[in-house]
Amino acid sequence: MRNILAMAGKEIRSYFHSPIAYLVMAVYSVLCGFFFYSFTATYVVQTFRMQAMGGAGMPNMTINDYVIRPLFQGVLSIVLLLLIPMITMRLYAEEKRSGTIELLLTSPITDLQIILGKFLGAFLLFGTMIVITFGFIGTLFIYGNPFAKPLIAQALGFLLFGGALLALGMWISTFTKNQIIAAVVSFSAFLLFYVLNWVTAYSNGAVSRVMAYMSLTTHFDAFAKGVVDLKDLVYYLSVIVLGIFLTARSVEALKGRA
Amino acid sequence: MIEVENLTKRYGPTLAVSDVSFQVQKGEILGFLGPNGAGKTTTMRIITGFLSASAGRVRVAGFDVAEAPLEAKKRVGYLPENPPVYTDMTVNEYLAFVGRIKGLRGSELKKRIGEVSEKCAVTDVQNRQIGKLSKGYRQRVGLAQALIHNPDVLILDEPTSGLDPKQIIETRELIKGLAGQHTVILSTHILPEVSKTCQRVVVINKGTVVAVGAPDELTARLQGYGTVLVTAEGPAPEIMSKLQTVAGVNLVEPLDAVGARVTLEVHTEKDHDVRAELARAVVESGWGLLELKTSGMSLEDIFLKLTTRDLTEEAAAQQEPPAADGESIAVN
Repeated sequence: MRNILAMAGKEIRSYFHSPIAYLVMAVYSVLCGFFFYSFTATYVVQTFRMQAMGGAGMPNMTINDYVIRPLFQGVLSIVLLLLIPMITMRLYAEEKRSGTIELLLTSPITDLQIILGKFLGAFLLFGTMIVITFGFIGTLFIYGNPFAKPLIAQALGFLLFGGALLALGMWISTFTKNQIIAAVVSFSAFLLFYVLNWVTAYSNGAVSRVMAYMSLTTHFDAFAKGVVDLKDLVYYLSVIVLGIFLTARSVEALKGRA
Repeated sequence: MIEVENLTKRYGPTLAVSDVSFQVQKGEILGFLGPNGAGKTTTMRIITGFLSASAGRVRVAGFDVAEAPLEAKKRVGYLPENPPVYTDMTVNEYLAFVGRIKGLRGSELKKRIGEVSEKCAVTDVQNRQIGKLSKGYRQRVGLAQALIHNPDVLILDEPTSGLDPKQIIETRELIKGLAGQHTVILSTHILPEVSKTCQRVVVINKGTVVAVGAPDELTARLQGYGTVLVTAEGPAPEIMSKLQTVAGVNLVEPLDAVGARVTLEVHTEKDHDVRAELARAVVESGWGLLELKTSGMSLEDIFLKLTTRDLTEEAAAQQEPPAADGESIAVN
């Protein structure tokens, strides 16, 4: 455990020594802030319009459904597709480029400890995103009264979604010395997984159902509504474990080939 | 301390290391000599556990690196050819991180950082960012890193490559100072380095061991005879026949003749110093003796002899003029 923490601490320090951490946090703040502002403004305009029309047949428009949920669901996941590769691209690619991978792999520390340490370090940087998000959502509690409980599920879903991407991105980073390649391949893979459920629009066979199940989006829906569904939980945790496992295999393969 | 048995490493169809075996005793400095691409780095990487072997086994302090990797790694300090430093860290941060992943904590870690910084002379840059340090300092930081957990075994891959002559001498002294408390394997393709720092040499070429022994031993074994160069003023045929009569001389060959000045190569029996006799023979005959010196086979010659048995055109490329130049400056 101490080895994992030592690794994680090193990763965090590297993120903050380089511009990556600040860039990721700044870009996220700007994008998330704009989306948040747009949804809030739309919501406000819509409610005024409804009231002007006398409120007859007015649906029950809550802040949760019309601001927080779309914020998490549609947009944050897309922003994550872009920013997570920036966090994971250097994890192994940079160690391979600078030769420090030789230090790590010849130190008395297991591959799994290195991997978990790196994952934890990346996850902590990613964690600043949810803090920023909740900073925005917090203002809703000052001027309105949204339900607090769905936020727990949404936050959990957000962290699991990010964790899954981080694990896969870390795995992709083990294949190259070039961070840009790692980032591009990660982004493409994430995007593919994100749109995989589109197949259900034109096909209903077993294959398309499996593909839809594999899609990252499908499993975020319930979380976004504020519902924790066991199968979604299992899905994201499986992807995280799979990503870590594949990273371990890939690092092991490095020893065979050099 | 280190036992390497029948080590083989394949990269796909190419054989990088083939059936290499050798042993290193505790406290010894072993030189690993060979041209570039001979398999030195691969062998060292297998010893450190960075690569896995295709066949054969390596034991460090009794622990098999494949079966008990953590125990073996605890006892090994490794400095790869390019020091594995994080350029965005300061020297202290870096040593603290390496110390931690090598199992040091708290006050012990602090103490070791101080000790190795002192030993490797990096104390004056301890708060500088490694990326801003010179190559020499980076190398020393790399060495400090390898020493931090006080390992029994040190594996140094070309520790002096890329350093200036002064730094080369300093690094060599540092490594020599480590013998005794640490067992050291160092690889190099620079020959004088071996005779200056190592007690024993393993010469490797194309993945196989071609010779093992002390530097002097190797010289003696391959030489077989002594050679003396004589430069004299006088008639060449007469000088030659006169020298031929000196006891212990096997053969006299003319090397060079400029006017009345001749240079002869006199092959003598092994361990038979005939220089005084030769000088007397020349002077007593009334010829002028201009120069007389032994020309022992240098490590370079041995190295070439061992590694060029089956490759000739590559030999020239493998001799690295810049490194050799740096070397001669260092020596003078």
